[in-house]
Amino acid sequence: MSVGGILAHPLGRLDRESLPFWQMLQDPSRDNVINGSIASGAALMVVIGAIATIALLTKYRKWRVLWSQWLTSPDHKKIGIMYVVLAFVMLVRAALEAVVMRAQQAFGLDGGFLSPDHFAQLFSTHGTIMIFFVAMPFLTGLINYIVPLQIGTRDVVFPVLNSISLGLTAAGAALVMISLCVGEFSTGGWFGYPPYTEADFNPGVGPDYWIWALTLASLASTFTGINIAATVYRKRAPGMKLMYLPLFTWTALCASILMIFAMPPLTVATAQLALDRYLGFHYFTNALGGNVMNYVNLFWMFGHPEVYILVLPSLGVYSEVISTFSAKALFGYRSMVMATMAIAVLSFAVWLHHFFTMGQEANINAAFGIASMLIGIPTGVKIYDWMWTMVRGRVRFTVPMIYAIGFIYLFVLGGITGILLASPTIDYQVHNTVFLVAHFHNTAIPGVLFGLLAGYHFWFPKVFGFRLDERLGMVSATCWIVGFMLAFFPLYALGLMGLPRRSVSYDVPAYVPLEIAALLGAILLTVALLALVAQLWVSIRTREENRVFAGDPWDGRSLEWSVSAPPPEYNFAVIPTVTGRDAFTVAKETGRAFEPASAYVDIELPRNSALGPVLGATSFALAFGLVWHIWWLVILCLAAAVAATIAHGFARNTTRIVPAQQVRRDHRRWLDAVAAARAISRDDERTSANRGVAEPALGGAAA
Amino acid sequence: MMAPAGDGASGASRGLEERAELRSYGWGLGLALVLTVTPFALVHWAAMPGLPLRGLIGVFALAQVIVHLRFFLQLGFGKKREITLLLLFSALLLLIMLAGTIWIMASLATRMALPVQP
Amino acid sequence: MSDAAMPDFTRRPGPAERGDDEDGEAGAQSVLVGFWLFLMSDAIIFGMVFATYVTSTAATAGGPGPHALYDIPSVALQTVLLLASSFTVGMASLALKYRHGAPRLIGWLLATLALGVAFLGLEIHDFQAMAAKGGSPSRSGFLSAFFDLVPLHGLHVAGGSIWLACLIGQMAMYGVDAPVKLGILRLVLFWHFLDIVWIAIFSVVYLAGMT
Repeated sequence: MSVGGILAHPLGRLDRESLPFWQMLQDPSRDNVINGSIASGAALMVVIGAIATIALLTKYRKWRVLWSQWLTSPDHKKIGIMYVVLAFVMLVRAALEAVVMRAQQAFGLDGGFLSPDHFAQLFSTHGTIMIFFVAMPFLTGLINYIVPLQIGTRDVVFPVLNSISLGLTAAGAALVMISLCVGEFSTGGWFGYPPYTEADFNPGVGPDYWIWALTLASLASTFTGINIAATVYRKRAPGMKLMYLPLFTWTALCASILMIFAMPPLTVATAQLALDRYLGFHYFTNALGGNVMNYVNLFWMFGHPEVYILVLPSLGVYSEVISTFSAKALFGYRSMVMATMAIAVLSFAVWLHHFFTMGQEANINAAFGIASMLIGIPTGVKIYDWMWTMVRGRVRFTVPMIYAIGFIYLFVLGGITGILLASPTIDYQVHNTVFLVAHFHNTAIPGVLFGLLAGYHFWFPKVFGFRLDERLGMVSATCWIVGFMLAFFPLYALGLMGLPRRSVSYDVPAYVPLEIAALLGAILLTVALLALVAQLWVSIRTREENRVFAGDPWDGRSLEWSVSAPPPEYNFAVIPTVTGRDAFTVAKETGRAFEPASAYVDIELPRNSALGPVLGATSFALAFGLVWHIWWLVILCLAAAVAATIAHGFARNTTRIVPAQQVRRDHRRWLDAVAAARAISRDDERTSANRGVAEPALGGAAA
Repeated sequence: MMAPAGDGASGASRGLEERAELRSYGWGLGLALVLTVTPFALVHWAAMPGLPLRGLIGVFALAQVIVHLRFFLQLGFGKKREITLLLLFSALLLLIMLAGTIWIMASLATRMALPVQP
Repeated sequence: MSDAAMPDFTRRPGPAERGDDEDGEAGAQSVLVGFWLFLMSDAIIFGMVFATYVTSTAATAGGPGPHALYDIPSVALQTVLLLASSFTVGMASLALKYRHGAPRLIGWLLATLALGVAFLGLEIHDFQAMAAKGGSPSRSGFLSAFFDLVPLHGLHVAGGSIWLACLIGQMAMYGVDAPVKLGILRLVLFWHFLDIVWIAIFSVVYLAGMT
């Protein structure tokens, strides 16, 4: 890395061959043309997407708004929205990748149309994106938006750190997106096992893209975990004891604690792999004392708690949704909290079940297998609690409830296959077959994704002030449920019949009908996704009919429903005092829900800060430089990031005041809207008569 | 570490408080030095077999960590109870992770060791 | 619904209201709790690097091992320096808490900085000496593990030193205002944490390596 070297290769190892269509042009064989076209098409979509975004922002002159009201905002609500937007964009890409893979496997008997290398990149990006850039941002977005509202506070403890987390996540996502345009992604799967991902076998940019994308995402999540845990611990409204927290906040808290403790092993594993690749260290190489199993051990020490990070917030959503749409307090609150904590702690004791087959003695396998089965118990407790919540409730089959019901029976199936896999004996038969793929999609889609989508539907009216179109929501939910079953149940059979995971092709004709069924399922899932997009489009167009400014469209039970929709930037005109669980239901029942305050005070809020987007941009460029060995860029960005952070430390005057008169005006305006709106019964909650005020619940529903 | 003492405490009681904290630091430094010098001395001079010696080093290390936590950071089950509990929880997780790793890697080393590379 | 029956939260602001005032005690405590949580995540990082080290002690691949490479007298000196710096940073926190004035505070902080930099100087010299004897990180898995753990700690000390310098800079500009106080409190926690990690390092890496 001399000055001469830098001048000779100012773009590091980036050159024409890194473009997706280069190989196709150089050697237009059938395979190259097909794969090159698909790759170039994907790259083109990224480029067009970027250009379209820039063009629209310029045309409607929204750059200033984007910067001052969104990117630099420390408001947890804005940050939450941006996270969810990021998640949806990445969901589209990862879902399309899944469809391409399914298509390849449907035609896999004859070898299909994808090269093995291309297929390998697809399963690697699909997994990496779905976990780190769809599920994590989605749940982080929901947690960010809802948790401070549910605990009755104005913002998180570290608002600027929150913005930084978003910036880092976006940088990681951008890195994965740009890998479509220059270079290629890793072919090592979403867990990137060495020695395959070592420089000896994969000297190219693929594993480096993967390493740095994950590093950025893992740092962001660690910071988020710290932020949310500190906030729930320290910033609850007066009277809100821990045992009065809504279940979504409980699961968010436990997921945050998992983030704090589970992300570090990943940071270490990827850093050590990077040291191997960049500086010739020997953590995981075959020669000179490297040990691959150190990586496997570290990665899954992260990987197992990670899947509980993914699922716990969704389990919290189901608790909220089921109790709200059964008009009943959650059954067995205490046992739900205990179960959540048990799942969180136990999740650290089971990681070996991801590599039962790697040669350690049977006693170790047995110990971890037993621990893995034990985790099914608290999960089962939760399932029973949800079912008992619905019994004797007044159940409404709204879109979130459809997701919840689909979740209950599908997740139990997925969980049972998990218990099967927890037995080392069985696992030896099905490890790394598509049986495993079916299992984890069976828990990830009904467990994680349905929960996130249910949360999206449930809280959308709160966030944006109008309800989503119900009919398209039903279409989407149905397609998700049926599509999931069609796409993944065949994989259980295929796995038992012997099809290994990540197979680009196969030679057993008996697989074909099942593969075709799976492809149809994938297409149905795409329809589901399109229905979601259509639903958003239609809902925005009909938003005036469905406005719920008064803020309580579902007769909600927790504090986020006690403010306007959308909430004021400071959340609460006056911080509420809480006396029990289901704080808003209690307030409504005692007639205290819509009181003007006797006096209003000035409210202090954090000022905007550029540190988040600056660190996001510099970390993206830094990672890009590391991938392509553009060392001057690396040094420059490192210096810029450090300078920006130090400068931020020197900043004073970091808060601003919302004057009391403004607060009083906002509050009065909202209370007037509440008074003017007709209180509706639950029968009308999905009609445009719903202005966000609920009729008092009829007596008889068990409290 | 406590946030700067409020104006509520009188000068005399704050003086007492400060002396108590100074004493705590003094004790901490003294104990830490002893707990440092001893294992170094043992390694240098004691003709002990490896495993018990390593065990002893570990004991001294753990003791010194506790000295730091107690005397320098004022942790305990009094005012800093929650932080102490957080530390204990973290220690538990770390124990599971470390013990699990060592158990697994040792078993693999026994059963899966490659012949020595040239 | 008289005022007497309802709590008037504007008359009696609860901890959340006081917490909104980040200069107040409640706000500072929230930030410190967050910093402790960060230290816990850092502890896990160190723990995992320790795990890698412990499982790599046999992976010398025919290259030099602890007996050939470790300079125990130097390590002993580094230990004493770091322990002394833990003491001086503690004195700084007392100077802050009991309001002994900026000069004494800065004095203790500068002492800490000097001790930390001296520690780093010795450590870097040790690494260079090791490399000269063939103990470079790319020589073996054992050495890679060593060079992850000990320089990681060194990087933390370096980062802490830069942070310390920045805090002194902020004091020069703003005096000992509330953000500076909060920064010092966090730095003190960080510095003690690093000394605790060093106890583990000199015990597990250096002393145990020599047995």
